[in-house]
Amino acid sequence: MRVFMLGWEFPPFISGGLGTACYGLTKAMDRLNIKVIFCLPATADSDYATHVKLLTPSSKLSTSGKLRNVVFRTIPSLLQPYSTSQGYKQHLKEKRKAQSQGSAAICSIGPTDYSGDMYTEVHRYAAIAAELAKDEEFDVVHAHDWMTYPAGIAVAKASGKPLIVHIHSTEFDRSGEHVNQMVYDIERMGMHAADKVIAVSNFTRNIIISRYGLSAEKVEVVYNGIEHNGNGNINLGETQIGKDEKIVLFLGRITMQKGPEYFLMAAKKVLDVMDNVKFVMAGSGDLMQRAVEMAAELGIGQKMLFTGFLHGEDVERIYRMADLFVMPSVSEPFGLVPLEALGNDVPVIISKQSGVSEVLRHALKVDFWDIDEMANKIIAVLKYPPLGVTLRDHGRYETGKLRWKDAAQRCAQIYEELLVTV
Amino acid sequence: MASVCFYFQGHQPLRLRHYTVFDNGNRYFDDYKNAAICTKVANKCYLPANRLLLNLIKKYDGRFRIAYSLTGILLEQLQQYSPEVLSTFDALAETGCVEFLAETYYHSLSFLYSRDEFLEQVSKHMETIEYLFGQKPRIFRNTELIYNNDLAALIESTGKFDAIASEGADHILGFRSPNFVYRPKGCDKLKLLLKNYALSDDIAFRFSDRNWSQWPLTADKFAQWVSAVNGNGNVVNLFMDYETFGEHQWADTGIFDFMNHLPQEILKHPDNDFKTPSEVARSYEPVGTIDVPHLTSWADTERDVSAWLGNAMQSNAIHELYRLEKKIKNTSDEIIIADWRKLQISDHFYYMCTKYFADGDVHKYFNPYDSPYDSYINFMNVLHNLGSRCSARTAEPALCGLSQDKGRPGLQTQIGD
Repeated sequence: MRVFMLGWEFPPFISGGLGTACYGLTKAMDRLNIKVIFCLPATADSDYATHVKLLTPSSKLSTSGKLRNVVFRTIPSLLQPYSTSQGYKQHLKEKRKAQSQGSAAICSIGPTDYSGDMYTEVHRYAAIAAELAKDEEFDVVHAHDWMTYPAGIAVAKASGKPLIVHIHSTEFDRSGEHVNQMVYDIERMGMHAADKVIAVSNFTRNIIISRYGLSAEKVEVVYNGIEHNGNGNINLGETQIGKDEKIVLFLGRITMQKGPEYFLMAAKKVLDVMDNVKFVMAGSGDLMQRAVEMAAELGIGQKMLFTGFLHGEDVERIYRMADLFVMPSVSEPFGLVPLEALGNDVPVIISKQSGVSEVLRHALKVDFWDIDEMANKIIAVLKYPPLGVTLRDHGRYETGKLRWKDAAQRCAQIYEELLVTV
Repeated sequence: MASVCFYFQGHQPLRLRHYTVFDNGNRYFDDYKNAAICTKVANKCYLPANRLLLNLIKKYDGRFRIAYSLTGILLEQLQQYSPEVLSTFDALAETGCVEFLAETYYHSLSFLYSRDEFLEQVSKHMETIEYLFGQKPRIFRNTELIYNNDLAALIESTGKFDAIASEGADHILGFRSPNFVYRPKGCDKLKLLLKNYALSDDIAFRFSDRNWSQWPLTADKFAQWVSAVNGNGNVVNLFMDYETFGEHQWADTGIFDFMNHLPQEILKHPDNDFKTPSEVARSYEPVGTIDVPHLTSWADTERDVSAWLGNAMQSNAIHELYRLEKKIKNTSDEIIIADWRKLQISDHFYYMCTKYFADGDVHKYFNPYDSPYDSYINFMNVLHNLGSRCSARTAEPALCGLSQDKGRPGLQTQIGD
C-alpha cells in the first residue's frame, strides 16, 4: 500500500494538533509497512533553492526515530521573499496551462475576498502538488484538513486514484457561526469530491453530515491516538506558586474555540469559596489580551497566571505542577491535550462538546457553558483527593489503549475497501 | 425430598438530587425521581407479581409457599407513593404461606463499619415488619447477601434467629452442594441456607437471554432440573431480586407465565414441595460446617464486595460516612440521623463502581449518574453538608442562651422537643 499524503504542518514545525496527529499517524503507518509520500509546504525558515526537495528520514524533518517507509516532499512557502501574490497568480497560470483538467476544480473557487497568504498558498500548493505527484507511484490520496483539499482533488484527478479527506477540524469549530465562506466552500468541495471522508470523532462526523450535506455512509470515524513517552522526574524549581496551593491548568490556544472565558468564570466561582488555589492559562492566541482583562474585571487577577506559549520542557513542567487540567472547549473535534495531561498524571475535566469525550470515560465531563457545574467539579477534585487518584489511575490506563497503531490500521482498512470498490 | 425455597428481595434506593458544593439546603433526595421510579416498578412488578403469587397461594391451598425480604427504605417509599402495594403484601402475609425475613432497614453495609449501627438497623427493620405484617422474622439476610463467619456469630449471639441466608458461592462450597442445610463455622445453633445460584440465575438473569442454549426456559424444563436434586439434596434455595418479575425481565419475556405454571410442574413430582426458609431450617439438620473467613456476596462473578468498596472513592466515601456516626448520634436529631442513615444505602456506593464502567454492562442500567465520578462528587457534597448541620446543631444551644452548666441529657431533651 502506498499513500500520497498531503499535510500542512509536521513536527518540528507545529502550531497545533494537526501536525501532532499527522506525525503520529504516519509513524504508525510506517510500522505497518505502509509507504507514505508526505507532501507539505516548507516553513519560513527553510532555505530550499528548488521548488521540490526530497528529505531523507535522517534529515531534520523527522523528529525522532527512523521512518523507513515515509518520504517527505516539501513545497517552499510563499512567505519566502521571492513570492508575492502577483507572482503566485503568474505561477498558477502557467501551471494551469501545463496541466490537464486536473486543476479545473481549483479555478472554480469563487470570491477572492480572502486574498491573504493562506488563500494563495493553498492554491499554489495544489498546483505544485499535482505536478509533483506525476513522478510518484501511489494507490490512494489522503489529504488532511481544508488547506490541502484543492491539492488532494488535483492529485486525485490527475492520477485517477481515490481521494480520502481527513477532517481534524471544521470551520464551525474554529469560527462558530461566523464562518469564512471561502474556507467553508473549500471544505465542502473537498468533502464532496472525496471518495471517503474520515472524521476524528462522531462529534465532527455529525457536523460534517448536518452542515456539509454529506451522506452518512461516506463518513467514517477514526479516533486519534496518543504518543506514550516516559516522563523523567522534573525538579520543581523556583515558581510563583506555593506548595500549599493547588493548581488548575488551562493549556491550549487562547481562542474562541477553546472557551477561555468559561475557564475564567468558573475560576471566579471556585475562588469565591476556596482560597488556596491558582489558575494557570498556558498558551497564546487572539483572545489572550481579552482574557487578561477579563481576569482583572472579575477581580481574580492575583490568582491567575498567564504563561504565554509553552515549549517542550516547560509543558512537562507545568503538567508536573498541575493538580487538574480543564479543557472548556466550545467545539473540539478531538482534543489531544487532555490525553497528554492524563499521560502526565494530571486528572482532567473536559467539555462534552469534544470528540475526546467519546473515547475517554475516566474524565469529568461538563457542558462548556455550565460554569456552575465546572466549578463544582473543579472544587470536588481539589477537595476530595480520592477523586483525583481514581481519575488519574484509570485515565492513565485508558489513554494507554488509544494507540496510533489502531488509527493507522483503520485507515489502511478504509484504503483497501476503497481500492476494491473503485 | 426436594423442597423449593423461594425468597424474593425487594428494594428501591433513594436517589440523591444533583447537589453541588454551592448548595446548602438540607433536602438531599430527588423526590420526584424516586416517586416516579417507585410507581413505575410498582405497576410493572410489585402489583402484578403480588397478584399472581396471591392467586397461586390460594389455588394450591397452602402447598405453594414463598418468602420476602423487603427493605425498610422500600416499605417507606411504598407507603408514600404506592400504598396499594403495601395492602397486597399485607394480603400475602394473611395467607400464612408467606414469610418475611429480617435485614438492615437501610439496605446498608453497616455490618462492615459499625456493629452498633448494624444491630440498631436490624431491630428497626424487625419492628417495622412486625408492625406491618404481624410477623417476627426468624431468618436473617444481610444486604446483598454479604456474609462471613463473624456475621454468623453476631447473628447467633442475638438469640433472635434460626438461620441466616448466604450465597452458595463455589469458593466457599468447594465440592459441596448448596442443596443442603449447613452450620456456619463457630456457631452452635444457627443454620446456614445457601443460594443455589445456578438455578436462581437461570430465572433471574438468563431467562430472556436468547443466546443461552436452554432458551426458552419453560416451567416443566425447570421443574425437571429441580426434581433432579432428589436423592442428592434436600432443598433448592431460589433467592433473587423481586424486580426480576416485570422489571429485569419484562412481562413480554413470558416471566409471569413461567411463574404461573411453575408450582404445578414442581408439584407434579411426588417428592417435591415448597417450603419457607423457616420451614427449611426446622425440617433439615446441618450436614456440615461452612467456613467463610472472607467476605462473600451475591454480586458479579467475583461474589465479593468489590462492587461497593473496590476503589479509592468508594472506600473514602464510606469511611467518611461512618466517621460521622458519633457526631450524628450526639445531635439526637431524628431528621439528621435519618438523613445519615439514608446515605448508608449501599446503592450510593454501587454507583461509584468503576469495575465495569468501561464496558457499560449491568451496572449501567441501574445507575442514575453518567459516571461513577459524578456520583462520588454528589455524595461527598451532600455528606459535607450533613456534617456541617451537625456542627450547627451542637452549637445551637449556646446560641439560644442555654447555660453551659446544664448536662447533656438536659440538652437532648431540649433538642428533642
